[in-house]
Amino acid sequence: MPAVTAPSRTPRGAGVMPDTPGWARWANDHRKWLFAAPAMAFVAALIIFPLAWTIYLSLTDSSGSVRAESEFIGLRNYLDVLSDTDRFWPAVGRTAAFTGAALFFEVVLGMAIALLLWRPFKGEKWVRVAILLPLVATPVAVGMMWRLIFDPNIGMANQILGWVGIGPQPWLAGQNSALATTIFIDIWQWTPMVVLILLAGLTSLSDEPQEAAMIDGASTWQRFRHVTLPLLMPTVIVAVLLRGIDALKTFDILYATKGRGGGSFNEVETLNVYAYGLSFDYNEYGLSSTVLILFFLIIIGVMWLLTSRKKKEAGR
Amino acid sequence: MGRRSKIGISLAMVSALTLSACGSGDDSGSSDTVRVTLVNHVWTENIRKALPEFERETGLKVEVTQLGEDQLSDQYNVKLNAGSSDIDVMMYRPLQEGRLFAKNKYLADLTDKAKGSSDFDLADFQAAPLSATTYEDKVVGVPIITEQQVLYYRKDLLEKSGFSAPPATLDELKTQAAKIQADNPGVAGFVARTGKAAAVTQFSSFLFSFGGDFVDESGKSAVSTDAAKQAYAYYGGLLREHGPANISTDMSWSEAMAIFTQGQAAFYPEANSLYKNATDPAKSKVSENVGFAPFPAGPAGSKPYNVPSWGLAVNDASKNQDNAWKFIQWAAGKAQTLEQQKAGVPGARTSVWENPEGIATYPKDMAEAITVSLANGVGHDRPVVERVAQAREIVGQPIVDAITGKDAAASAEAANQAFQKFLDDEAR
Repeated sequence: MPAVTAPSRTPRGAGVMPDTPGWARWANDHRKWLFAAPAMAFVAALIIFPLAWTIYLSLTDSSGSVRAESEFIGLRNYLDVLSDTDRFWPAVGRTAAFTGAALFFEVVLGMAIALLLWRPFKGEKWVRVAILLPLVATPVAVGMMWRLIFDPNIGMANQILGWVGIGPQPWLAGQNSALATTIFIDIWQWTPMVVLILLAGLTSLSDEPQEAAMIDGASTWQRFRHVTLPLLMPTVIVAVLLRGIDALKTFDILYATKGRGGGSFNEVETLNVYAYGLSFDYNEYGLSSTVLILFFLIIIGVMWLLTSRKKKEAGR
Repeated sequence: MGRRSKIGISLAMVSALTLSACGSGDDSGSSDTVRVTLVNHVWTENIRKALPEFERETGLKVEVTQLGEDQLSDQYNVKLNAGSSDIDVMMYRPLQEGRLFAKNKYLADLTDKAKGSSDFDLADFQAAPLSATTYEDKVVGVPIITEQQVLYYRKDLLEKSGFSAPPATLDELKTQAAKIQADNPGVAGFVARTGKAAAVTQFSSFLFSFGGDFVDESGKSAVSTDAAKQAYAYYGGLLREHGPANISTDMSWSEAMAIFTQGQAAFYPEANSLYKNATDPAKSKVSENVGFAPFPAGPAGSKPYNVPSWGLAVNDASKNQDNAWKFIQWAAGKAQTLEQQKAGVPGARTSVWENPEGIATYPKDMAEAITVSLANGVGHDRPVVERVAQAREIVGQPIVDAITGKDAAASAEAANQAFQKFLDDEAR
């Protein structure tokens, strides 16, 4: 009693005419891999290979020359770098200080400006354009411009201070003030981006919770603290993540204002500037790769901390 | 044929096509096209204008690739490293990368060609620049542009403070700088480069004039000798006491020159090749009052550097070396050097400097100052090593320490240790 049972699942090659050539059938069977293949090749060629190569270089004493042979030296570079309290650890400290300070001020200022621009007002368009201007300039040009403005002797900054009776400041020239000045430049250039993200978040909020809070008699601060901010939190986190990663890897502003080594006393030498100098000024490609791998691990660590914290909050 | 092998063959074909496309720049043996890589420079502009003349004379064709200084360096690092033969003639910096290139065998040995040609007259080149393009007694390059350090000064300020002549010695320089600074509030007595690596080249003339050098005759680090310590203390002290207010330790020539041309400093030691920045009214507020003097004498006399900033060489991997040499012979020959020098580019040929036509376009006092430099000049202005950038930072540390008021002698001792370690590393 032949009973025809329905197949438990669609057979392979379903939908393909029985006389289609073999390759088409094969392609159809493996389409999920075929469609993903370009992306996978891209990732392999542009991310995995360079990363693996950098790890390999970090285990050698490569000097960047194909003709000069490099020797495999195991973890010696790592020991050298991790015990280097002269350049490496100060650079880690500066990277953290630069990122932390820039991020803090950019988010606070960005929030304040976004709140001001939230409600429509006259001339709003012009104000928005003006605020976005720093964002469109290339960081190297921005660095050069501020370098001129902050020149201690012929720069505009000290001249303006002079008009209001304040003595000249060393700005970028001072050993203690240089890092703070570069943080200021970063804030000047990148706060608009935070404004842009937060403003997008604010305009997408619905008005009801605000109106309800107003009817309940909440003050402006209370409304911001207990209504707007919690609702805006996902956007704030996006802004912090995007800007944080960007600030960590800042290079152009630092190099354009202080040059190699982050100045004569390495005043603004962050991990990026240090690694660049090791490879392109010193030809120490092995050591430079080591610094970059350690930098990479630091970033992964920070990201892991942030995301696990976010998960914890979500689980509460 | 299975599906897999079909895929394999097509992949192999695709990669073969891609690779052959990459390799199309390969050399076709001796050719009548000379491929020349040059830097953006006045010299290059002048030579490009004269090229048709060379092409007419020799029947060769010249293909010029022109790049910025950094791109040029990057290109050499990549191409020469890979043994590429698609550069025949290369313009390079003998003091910055010459040693590294020669050691890595990027530069062809030109000794026989250069010495064999009486027209070219190798003996006509000044000794100091020529020594910088010579490696292990072999001529590996030909100097085409030279630089000498001279003292830029403000004639009006000198006169106002009652000095009839610019300082002839380093002691007088200090005295005059102090007096002018006291007489003119807001004006610095002296300005110079202050960046750790940038200052090294200009500091070198001070070091030599105090009787020191970066490396002694036996190849050991010499940056903590008494002469070197005095030179560091002098250079840093002069900037600290008589330099601009709020002095930064990052100044390269552009910042220092800006202070001078804005009228905010009396004395400024710098390379002569930059003099037009000071005398051009469009760039300088003090163009009418700028004077030039020979480098002031120290305890060991006046010993400024006299260096080749650029040279021409032949790529060792080039298969077109004879024609490449023809180009160099013409571009660095007597006639072209004279033309270049008349257009303001100082060359390395003695006969051209001795020819009144060769210096006719320079300010008179500049020409006189250069003559002194040519007679006493030292052929290097930075440590002559392979990894120059790193060496400059080490020997430059005492300069910035001295400027910021730290103990220059202690800093020189520390730098000496670090530099000796660097030299030992490099000798290995």
